[in-house]
Amino acid sequence: MSVAAPRMRRARPASGILQPIATVLTVVLLLGVPFWLVISTAGKNQAEALNPNLTPPSEWQLFENFAQVFGDGRMVLGFFGSLLVMVPAVLGVLILGSMAAWILGRRSSRGLAVIYALAISGIVLPPAVVTIVLLLRQLGLAGTPIGMIGVYMGMYLSTVIFFVTGFVRTIPQELEEAARVDGAGPVKVFVRIILPLLMPVLATATILICLYIWNDVFYALFVVGGRLDTLPLNLYQVASAGLYLQNWHLIFAYIILMSLPLLLVFVFAQRKIISGITSGAVK
Amino acid sequence: MSSRPRGRRQDHPLWFLLPALAVLVIFFFVPTIFNFVYAFTDWSSFKSGIGFVGFDNFVSLFTSGTLVNALRVTLVYAVLVAVFQNVFGIALALLLEKDTRLNRAARVAFFVPVIMSALAVGYIFQALLKPEGALNEILGFVTGTEVSIAWLGDTTWTIVVVAIVHSWKWMGLSMLIYLAGLKTISADVLEAGRLDGASWWQTFRHIRMPLLAPAITFNVATALLGSMNGFDIVQATTEGGPGGATELLNIFIFRTFGQGLFAQATTMSLVLFLMVTILAFPVIRFLRKREDVL
Repeated sequence: MSVAAPRMRRARPASGILQPIATVLTVVLLLGVPFWLVISTAGKNQAEALNPNLTPPSEWQLFENFAQVFGDGRMVLGFFGSLLVMVPAVLGVLILGSMAAWILGRRSSRGLAVIYALAISGIVLPPAVVTIVLLLRQLGLAGTPIGMIGVYMGMYLSTVIFFVTGFVRTIPQELEEAARVDGAGPVKVFVRIILPLLMPVLATATILICLYIWNDVFYALFVVGGRLDTLPLNLYQVASAGLYLQNWHLIFAYIILMSLPLLLVFVFAQRKIISGITSGAVK
Repeated sequence: MSSRPRGRRQDHPLWFLLPALAVLVIFFFVPTIFNFVYAFTDWSSFKSGIGFVGFDNFVSLFTSGTLVNALRVTLVYAVLVAVFQNVFGIALALLLEKDTRLNRAARVAFFVPVIMSALAVGYIFQALLKPEGALNEILGFVTGTEVSIAWLGDTTWTIVVVAIVHSWKWMGLSMLIYLAGLKTISADVLEAGRLDGASWWQTFRHIRMPLLAPAITFNVATALLGSMNGFDIVQATTEGGPGGATELLNIFIFRTFGQGLFAQATTMSLVLFLMVTILAFPVIRFLRKREDVL
């Protein structure tokens, strides 16, 4: 900081060069090292990858490794299994959550206050992961995608209801009234007036919930482990199965491939994703 | 608000609540109630029937020390993650505060771990932290001597290392929230402080930190809750070891469930539920307040 200020600006003088250097160093050390380890190891052969280190592979065979895990790790099945569970669960929580939030945001009574408190308690309380399995067995849904979708919906409805109820209260009643005067019933008012206005908050909720469901392995292990392929479940198998033990080049090749879908979405929509998440968090 | 008291009820019919409530009851509340029932049974994969055994599960888990250990580990882990994640998050936010092109790119880069699978992050660091792994390689290069620290093999310090890995994964999210918080501080306040001759540190400590309070509360609360429910990163790095030093409640639940000891797993699940419930009251009160602001 004591370096002489080259210009007249009153701003911190040395930060002009120090800050970019510090930024680059931080990125290289905190992100560059782990990510280089992944990429370089994924490009090695088995012997070289046995002990993962930072030296580049003597001969890159990244795509051969990709091809191998693509088949062995059942990537295609895992990808579609993840989609099969995530898409209905997210659409379900958005629609059911918005419907409930509209009523909870507009009407008030002691009973509804209790229902609201219970409905948002799932934000904080952990799901009863063991007895969910028991219940699903009793319902005949154990190991099925429908059971998994139901479990995720039960977990994330609270988040949607919390976000959307707060948002509904900021929508002027007059907008609904106008439609009602024209003879629209509640369903029409909700679909035509409320739902479109909820889009910004629903976008934020979608991002967060997709992130959680797409990457979830804990609840998936209990509910559909061994019965359905999802990308994280297959990674768990790839990494813990004897077949791949210590085969770091294959584990890391799998990690690169499985991260690509979300990474691509993020690259193309990063501005929206980042502003969506921050607007939801700090208000 | 009450200009049209009549008709307001059918304008917002209660049946709109029903689908969401049905899903919540079936998939959230009923299993939670089951938790309070099956924790007191001998439900396991080795028997066909299920009988009540009273507090036997609690007693055996308590006397074997597993219960206390898992509770302690989970709490320590949660506190460590809350501290590290926020220190990293604030540090990154301050470093990348200015809207330069380089900073914007770095912010995006630090968000990549957030969107990655936590399990994948765990495996990456398992490789990085091996005794013959890359971190020791770098340390050896810097110090000029052979370094072979078993980062994941120490019964005392490994929990700290794993908490740092957890914080590494989520620090990009904390950073974003702190950046948004820093943006809300008006330039006039900072200018006034500077005219009064406040140093960078004084400005930070006495002006910016207090104004960041909402962001800090949010970040600490989410970090605590997220890490109390933690599983993936610990499973992928240590699987609860060495010697149970990083055995979170969820790791124990997963392991005993896999062994077919369903009642014991349920008991621990109930313990987790009770622990979070007790600790969550301040969090819920905070969320309520936030929602009033919204």
